[in-house]
Order: sequence, then structure tokens, then C-alpha cells
Amino acid sequence: MPNTEPPASLRVVTIDLQGERFALEARHVREILDPGPTTLVPNAPRFLNRLINVRGRVVPLADLRLKLGLEQRAATIDTRVIVIEVPLADEPVTVAVLADKVHEVRDIATLGSVHSPKFGLCCPSEYVRCIGRQGEDFVIVLDPVPIFAPAPTRRGDPHPDQSAAP
Amino acid sequence: MSSGPDPVETFRQESQELLEHLEQALLDLEHRPGDMELIDSAFRALHTIKGSGAMFGFDVVAGFTHHVENAFDEVRKGRLPASDTLVSLALRAKDHLRILLTRPETADSAAGAAILEGFRAITGTAAGEAPAEAAPGVSPPGAPPPGAAAEQAGWRLRFRLARDAMAMGSNPLLLLDELRSLGPAEVVALADVPPLDALDPTALHTAWEIMLHAPVPRARIEEVFLFVIDDMELALEPLGEPLGGAAEPAPPAHAPAGAPQAGAPQAGASQTGASQPGKSPAGTPQAALSQASHPPAAGKRDAAQAAESVRVPAFKLDELMDRVGELVIAQSRLRQVAHASSDLGLRSVAEEIERLALELRDTTMGIRTVPIVQLFGRFRRLVHDISRDLGKEVELLMQGEETELDKTVIERLNDPLVHLIRNSLDHGLERPEERGDKPRRGRLLLQARHAGAQVCVSIRDDGRGLDCARIRARAEERGLVTPEQVLGEQEIFQLIFEPGFSTATEVTSLSGRGVGMDVVKRTIEALRGTIEISSSPGLGTEVTLCLPLTLAIIDGLLVRVGQGRYVIPLTAVEECVELEGETPSSGSRSSFLNLRGSLIPFLRLAELFQTPADADPLKKVVIVSTGDQRVGLVVDQVIGDHQTVIKSMSKLHADIDIFSGATILGDGSVALILDIAPLVAFGQAHEDRLVPVR
Repeated sequence: MPNTEPPASLRVVTIDLQGERFALEARHVREILDPGPTTLVPNAPRFLNRLINVRGRVVPLADLRLKLGLEQRAATIDTRVIVIEVPLADEPVTVAVLADKVHEVRDIATLGSVHSPKFGLCCPSEYVRCIGRQGEDFVIVLDPVPIFAPAPTRRGDPHPDQSAAP
Repeated sequence: MSSGPDPVETFRQESQELLEHLEQALLDLEHRPGDMELIDSAFRALHTIKGSGAMFGFDVVAGFTHHVENAFDEVRKGRLPASDTLVSLALRAKDHLRILLTRPETADSAAGAAILEGFRAITGTAAGEAPAEAAPGVSPPGAPPPGAAAEQAGWRLRFRLARDAMAMGSNPLLLLDELRSLGPAEVVALADVPPLDALDPTALHTAWEIMLHAPVPRARIEEVFLFVIDDMELALEPLGEPLGGAAEPAPPAHAPAGAPQAGAPQAGASQTGASQPGKSPAGTPQAALSQASHPPAAGKRDAAQAAESVRVPAFKLDELMDRVGELVIAQSRLRQVAHASSDLGLRSVAEEIERLALELRDTTMGIRTVPIVQLFGRFRRLVHDISRDLGKEVELLMQGEETELDKTVIERLNDPLVHLIRNSLDHGLERPEERGDKPRRGRLLLQARHAGAQVCVSIRDDGRGLDCARIRARAEERGLVTPEQVLGEQEIFQLIFEPGFSTATEVTSLSGRGVGMDVVKRTIEALRGTIEISSSPGLGTEVTLCLPLTLAIIDGLLVRVGQGRYVIPLTAVEECVELEGETPSSGSRSSFLNLRGSLIPFLRLAELFQTPADADPLKKVVIVSTGDQRVGLVVDQVIGDHQTVIKSMSKLHADIDIFSGATILGDGSVALILDIAPLVAFGQAHEDRLVPVR
């Protein structure tokens, strides 16, 4: 969980990943596309081992389900590709993420970090920006920076399980 | 908005180029001190910087340049030798000017003053030494003591501008106004206007005669005509003497009308400062004129050449290249469609488009390429300065400066080459007394040449060569190799590219910190280039950088491995053969191929990439070369050649080095481009830890 206190209200895009409700901050989102052909990148980390063509640009396609420790399922008619721009340390990096379903863009109220649980979430807490409230439900707003920040430990992944790619 | 040409920015850019020219001329002058063309070219550069500087409000630049220019004017007139002192002073002045132009706020005015003082010292002595050699003019020859001119009651001057002066943007009225500002003046127009039917209304038909009743020095008047003086007739007489037939003809290129000027710099300094308070050294009238007046006549050829070129911001070229890249992609899609169709008309149009697209691609790439002399030229100063600091005598030779290379590549080559040159000068070349039988003067050769689709740039010195034993000892010390390891010469040389590696026992300001060579290697690899070193003790070292011609589009061979399609750079491909007798069940793990008698190791890409390969036993092998090694790559299918528009890999994939980039295929899908050298290294490592599975 980042140390910076989230604002009281955030504009987010809500998505489904493996039955769980997540959200991405709208300011990161560039566009939402239908899934197209993908290209496998051998020897890349498994959650980030594909490339897609976004209007002539070659963009990596990430499967957040793998990163968040969720199950991976075959694409459905609702599967979408969300192109986001991640403000990494030196420069923004464009990356696409798969979502089982994209719901809507909306403003949500956030819980302060004191009210957010440090564990018990369905995904590693370092990837969570904050928890938002949507009606009766809670949504986890993901923080793309730690998800995509280059981690030296990822390098030692010499045998990515390619067969898992659909 | 930002794309609109900002005149001040244009001036800055132009001045940078002029400063480059100036530096080249100065460095050449060092070797050929008497070369008038070089002196002229230095003078012209200074002259233009001064003029445009004043026009765009760079008064400090203009003022400073004025003094330097004066010194060169003296040289031009043969009154001052182009001594080493003068040249190095002028080089310092050039550096100061660069600071004034780019970061005026950081300029050290004391340093500037010191430089000017140096000029004053030089020109001061010269004015005393060589008065008798001054060209005989109308006014008393030689150098009258400063102030002599001021004692006169005034001047009678007659001038006629070139007929096309107004078309070139000169305005004689402004000249007259400026003359009037010097003191009371009577102006008489000497019109020579042809009859109306023969009148060219854009030409100038008027000459002027002016009686100027002002005790100003001659140089002050000449300054009024600063920007037109090489293309005009000017007769200048102290008042009281007959103008008569003494009218000077249009001055020849090398000696413009300004005949003797006593102690020009001092006089110039005092005039610009004092006699015209509130006015910049080259005031607005000249400035307006300078817009069109091309400095000296000798520069006409340059001017003509400049007129044929267009200045374009680099990003526009990048955009153009991107568009062409998209076009090439679209064209290859069209080709696929056309091939699938039986419509002959469509096919012929597709072929036409293909030809045009490829020509357009070549033309565009041609626009982006510049001769490498632009880069090499910068190193002359570097070598000059470093060899002086180190007390070494170095002769810098260049070969193949006309070799053209993508501008982006050239820019990025700068730092690596600086490092390599410094290394050669500091470690490679010996001091004159240490050179034994070799000529005292060390040689440094910069060479560029085309080799296929690559450009090889090499730096060769005839110094002491690399000391294998010392490199090895150092590497062992640092734990890079163990004493038992057997290393070939090349492998030992490659050690110097390890981060933090240096054999220099003491750290100098130039090298020995061990920073650099690893950076050199990384930069070159980022450019998809390679580095080779050859060295023999006592004879010298040669470092060769081989780089692809362009970064944007390459010819590639499209292959298929399992479901994936990959591009192999065509430059690396030697041939394609079939792999016989290979069946998945055979259990044969031999990874060598007998190609006309030579054994070639091969890598099964499907295994390396861990993708399921075709069951088809008929595999193809693409033989590629990397360095001096030949390796076969086993693929499922060779699809054919492919115009590959290179898209760089995402930063998120920066740690995957076996692909140099990606490209978009005709059907819109993405294919990866193989980077052969890392791929082979990866394959070898993979092989080493492989356990037979089948």
C-alpha cells in the first residue's frame, strides 16, 4: 500500500478480474479495445509475455490475473484490452492489460488508509492503491506502478510456462 | 506553435555551425598558417556571427566577436601572422562565444575580457611592426598614430552599391542615415538612371557622394558599410584632398576597401563604445542590411551551396520516417492481398506501389543520413587539446569522412568515440621520447567505411598496444577471471569492457577511472552494433565499431517457429538449408550440421523459445553469422524477405536481450526481431544446462 494518502474521491474504470471487482484510476487509462491477435514473447515473465499492435505501436499485454495470484481463464465475449500509461520513474510506459469485463467510468469514494485492511485482500497489498466504496460493495483500486516497475527478481524466471497462454 | 521557425533559435543554430566552421578553419590554420582561404573562412564566420548577433539582440556576442574579427582582419591583410598563439587564443574565443550564445548567464565575463586582452596584446605589437607593409591606399599609407584620423576635419566619400543591392535587402537610405548620425553631412546623389523603357526598377542606379564634417576615424566609416563593403565601390578621402581619379576600384575579395587601419582593435573598441553611445557595435541599420548581404565575395560559393539546402528540424524527419514506415507496412499488406487475388490489374498496381514505397523508403533514409565528417570534425579539437595537455605529439588522420550514416546514429556515436579517442591518446600513444624507433609523432587514424549494410568506424593508433598480461592480472585482481581460466586474446581484450575495469595505475583527468568502456559497449550494442579490438604490442591498437546503416527499417527474413513468426536481420543471414534426417523421435541430439565440409552448430529455436514446434520433420536451417562465428537456426518455415520497420521493445521487456525489437506484419500482428549475437550466447548457455529429454 503506498504511503501517500489517496484523495477522498477518485475517478476510476471498474473492471472484473476473475470474478473480483477491481478498478484502475481513469487518469492512467488511454483506451479500451477488443482483443486482437497477440504475439508471444519467449522468455518474458509469464504475466507480461505477449505483445499487441495498438494503432501501429507495439505494446506489451499484461495478464493481471497472474500477477495478482488469480486464476487464468479463457477469454470470453466480454474480455477487453485496456491500454494504460504507467508513470514509471523515468518515463511513462504504455502497456495493455486484459480484463474479463469492463464496467464503467465513475467517481468513487475511497477509504482512508487507516480503514484499509493490510491483509485479507484477494491480492498482494503492495499492488493496491486504495480501497473504494461502490454502493454496498468495495472495489480494490490497483496501483500500476509497483505492478510494472522493473523488479530485478523477475529476471530469474527462465522457464515461463508458455502452455498457459491461450 | 513550437514548429514555427524562431529567428533567434535559427540564429543560434546557424551560429553553432559557424563556430564549427571557425574551429575547423583555426585547426587547419595551425598546420598551414599562410593559407589565405582558411583565414578568410575564419574571418567570414566571425563576420557573420557579429552581424547576425547584433541583428537578433546578442549585443554581447557581437561586441566580443568584433574584436576577434578585427584581429583576423589584420591577419587577412597580412599585417599579423597567424601564429600558434593567435590560433589558440581564437579557439578560446570560440569556446567563449559558444557559451555566450547558448548559456549567456553562465558566461565568465572576466575570461572574455582576458581573451580580448590577449588579442589586444597580439594586434598591438603587430600594428607597430608592420606599418610599412600596409597596402598603399589613397590615404596616407601605413599606420598613422591612433587619433591621427580624428584630427582631420572630415571625409569625402563616394560610394556605389552593387546594382542588385536592394534586391538583396540593402537599404542605402539607412546607410546614409547612419553616416549622417556621425556628424554634419552633405549628401549628393549621382544618379545614372537609364531611360524609362530600359529601366530596371529593382536595380540601384544611384551613387552617392558625401561630405562628412566629422572627425571620425576611417574605420568608423567603414563600419557603416560593414555588410556591403565587399560588394561595393567606396572611395574615401580626408577632406581637403582631391577625390579625382583616385577612386578605388571595387576591392578584391581578399583586401576589401578598408585599407590601413591603425591599431584597429583599440580604435574599434573605443569607437564602438564611446563615439556612438547607446548604439550597439553594429547598429540596427547594418543589422537590417545583414539580412541579405552575403559577407565576402569569396563566400559566394558557400552561399550558393547553402541556398540549395533546407534546414529541417530533426523531429520532422523522424515523423516522415514513421509515416514511411507505416506506408511500408500497409504496402506489404497490399502485397499479401494482391498475391491472394487473381486480379491482374490489382497485382500490377500492387507491384507499382511496392516499387514506389521502397524508393520512398530509400530516399527518406537518404535524407536522414549525413556524412560522418560532421562527427569526425569535432574530434580534431579534442585531439588537439588532449595531446597538448598530455604533452604528446599526435597527428590525426581521417579516412572515409564522406561515409554517410543515419543522423541519430551519428549523434549517439559521439560519446563512445570520445572515450575511445581519449583512451588511445592517454593509454595508447606514448610520449615522444618513449616512442623508440617509431616517428616521434604518434598517429591516430579515424576511419569510416561501408561494409554491406553496416558502417564500420575504426580508431587506430600506433601506440604501445594493449598489454594482455596486465589486463589479465587486473581482471584476476578484480575477480573477473580465475587464474586457471584459459582465455584467448580476443576474450582478454573484451575484458576491458567490463564495468569499472581500468588498467591505468593512476587516475588522470582523462581516463583511468574505468568509467567509459562499459558505457561504450552498451551504447554500441544499443545501436545494434558490435565492437572488435585488434592490438599488437608496440605497434598499436585498433578498435572497430560496426553499426547498422539505419535504425528505422531493415531488410529481414521472416520465419515461422511453431505459431510464432520472427524476423532475422538479412544482414546476418548467409543461406538457408534443409535439415535432413531429423525426426522428433530419432533422439538424435547432435547439434552440428555438415555444410559443404564445415561443421556448423545449430540452435533449435522452438526449444529456445519453448514453443511447440511443427511435427513436420522437414526443418529449415537459416545459417547466420555473428562475429566470426556461423550458426544455424532451426525454424519450421522460411516465409520470405520482409521490409521490417523496427519498433523498439517496451521498457518492460528491457531485460529480454535476444530480441532487438518488434515489427508489425502485413496482417497487423506483431513479429519479434531476433538479435543474433545475444541469441547465440543465450542458446549456448541454454545448451550447457540442458538435460536430454527425449
